[in-house]
Amino acid sequence: MSAPPRSSFIELSARERAAALLDAGSCRELLGPFARLKSPWLPLQGIVAQADDGVVLSRGCIGGESAVVAAIEGAYQGGSIGEVSGSKIAAALELALRDCERGRPVRPVLVLETGGVRLQEANLGLAAIAEIHAAIVALRRHVPVVGVVAGLVGCFGGMALAAALCSRLIVTRQARLGMNGPEVIEQEAGIAELDAMDGADVWGLMGGEQRYATGLADVLVEDDVEVIAAQVRDACSAAALPRTERVDEFRRRLAGIDPQRPPSPAALRALWARERQP
Amino acid sequence: MERLQFSYPARQSVARRVHVGVVGSGDLEVLLEPSPDGQAHVSINTSVEGFAAVWRHVLDRFFGRFDGAAVIEINDSGATPGVVLLRLEQAVEALRE
Amino acid sequence: MSAATGGSEPRLSGRGLCWFQALTGQPGLLACGPRTVRVADAPLGGETARFIAVVADAANRFPRARGGEVGLDEAWTLAHEVRRAIAEDRQRRPRPLIAVVDVTSQAYGRSEELLAIHLAGAAAADAYASARLEGHPVIALLVGNAMSGAFLTHGYQANRILALDSPEVLIHAMSKESAARVTRRTVEALEELGERITPMAYDVRSFARLGLLHRLIEGVNADAPGTADVERVRNELSAAVADARATPHDLSSRLTSQGAAAVRAASLEVRRRLAEEWDAAG
Repeated sequence: MSAPPRSSFIELSARERAAALLDAGSCRELLGPFARLKSPWLPLQGIVAQADDGVVLSRGCIGGESAVVAAIEGAYQGGSIGEVSGSKIAAALELALRDCERGRPVRPVLVLETGGVRLQEANLGLAAIAEIHAAIVALRRHVPVVGVVAGLVGCFGGMALAAALCSRLIVTRQARLGMNGPEVIEQEAGIAELDAMDGADVWGLMGGEQRYATGLADVLVEDDVEVIAAQVRDACSAAALPRTERVDEFRRRLAGIDPQRPPSPAALRALWARERQP
Repeated sequence: MERLQFSYPARQSVARRVHVGVVGSGDLEVLLEPSPDGQAHVSINTSVEGFAAVWRHVLDRFFGRFDGAAVIEINDSGATPGVVLLRLEQAVEALRE
Repeated sequence: MSAATGGSEPRLSGRGLCWFQALTGQPGLLACGPRTVRVADAPLGGETARFIAVVADAANRFPRARGGEVGLDEAWTLAHEVRRAIAEDRQRRPRPLIAVVDVTSQAYGRSEELLAIHLAGAAAADAYASARLEGHPVIALLVGNAMSGAFLTHGYQANRILALDSPEVLIHAMSKESAARVTRRTVEALEELGERITPMAYDVRSFARLGLLHRLIEGVNADAPGTADVERVRNELSAAVADARATPHDLSSRLTSQGAAAVRAASLEVRRRLAEEWDAAG
């Protein structure tokens, strides 16, 4: 008897991803399309506003525990963060924090499919990202904050910092995670520095497998809805020291690297090899 | 960016609201909900200007088969008529679920 | 720092170092750290504050972080220095942390991506946010550029943001030249958009209208501050410290401002309506 066909998580819309991560029957979308909280800024520039501004917020349960999922729709404006989309994520995290402080823990999950700030809303996108960072740091004191980067957009810009702040980060091989997108690096530093069209090179630098192998992501998963949902469920007991607090360790690692002779991605895997998780 | 509006007669009421689609390149989203006045009303926000006649034609075809009193909002980013019809039909399917 | 496709040259502004030295009276060089990060404990309003700046250094070991960018070494050093303040003040009143901000961008480069600058930046943001949560009044003073990832890393987690009212104080998600290339517009077209669409503007007065700024300090010589100018800014910093101590240790003041009510109405509405639906969803 053959195994049932796998269903791709990458191919799901943000709405479908959020529903897939929540326990069956528990999913309730908040501020959905019919709330019509659209971008006030895009229509002024002749860009059609999506009714949910590209972020889906869904409450429900994960493994029986109260949870909220914020999933970014990568197909809308590259998943970019504007005033409303950024505020939706920040507000969901702030309310989760409020509930945690009141003794009613809510498990937050971020599905990150984004190029970073939406340039058409620039400073309000950037401000919202700062508010997201603040909320994650505050929330982490109460509950693990779980991030999922599945692809194919990946997670870039200020939201890559949000991914790095997550207590547990789950990535696929197709994912990419970096502060600056390959196109921007090529544009700013030249094609000799990085050819954005060289997929092998790009994924070698910042792809899911490389990030996992160098300890910058916690779990490497296949593109499968059930597998990813299970990993999100199991992430509730992430007890390791957050990467962003391992300051001395990373300073030592950097001190040992010569910028004139940086390691290859493969060499970095040996230098920054994953420790065994307890 | 262009905003278009159309109305069509309707015979049946619509029980609930449904949403399908994404405003991605070459795609659109459809918000469909019950109409307050027994008629069907469609408002379209589209990134491509000058195709009012094509939209009219597509909607004529759609409402030739669908007689629900629905308020439909379409946010479109350059979808072909075929994709528009597909999304509208998906919305009707969702109504039936 | 040229590039095959004509990457933008960073404007070497000395404002960060100038104001750091004016406010602390010291160069702030760390014994073990890059010359690009300056830290000094100095008096402010009757107590000791830690002042922190990121400055340019043409001899910085990472070539792509020589013009005042926040690169790998800078971000991890910021994280270290802020956490050092947190640790030192565990048993006493948390000192103010003053981020003197003049940062052109995050560093753009292959090594930076490989070696996880996104994590380095997050570590710095985390440190500042954690300090704020521990009760340190974190104040950002914008004296020059406050751009994108660099600002997220150094300054944007502050309780209060102050800025000099100067044409060279620019805040945005991407430099004009880069944004023009990415969006395939001219710089002039982008500037015109900024006049119509406030969040797209670069200048500090437009930024002030967004309600994110606590104080826009006018009438100060930003390039060559005299004694009175420095005293004026010190007083503003002190007042901001007191204000921060008297209010919640979060970023909520950015939402209760007049500017927020006027220009961030959608941000407020999202929060209001989400709270309504959240409680209903139980």
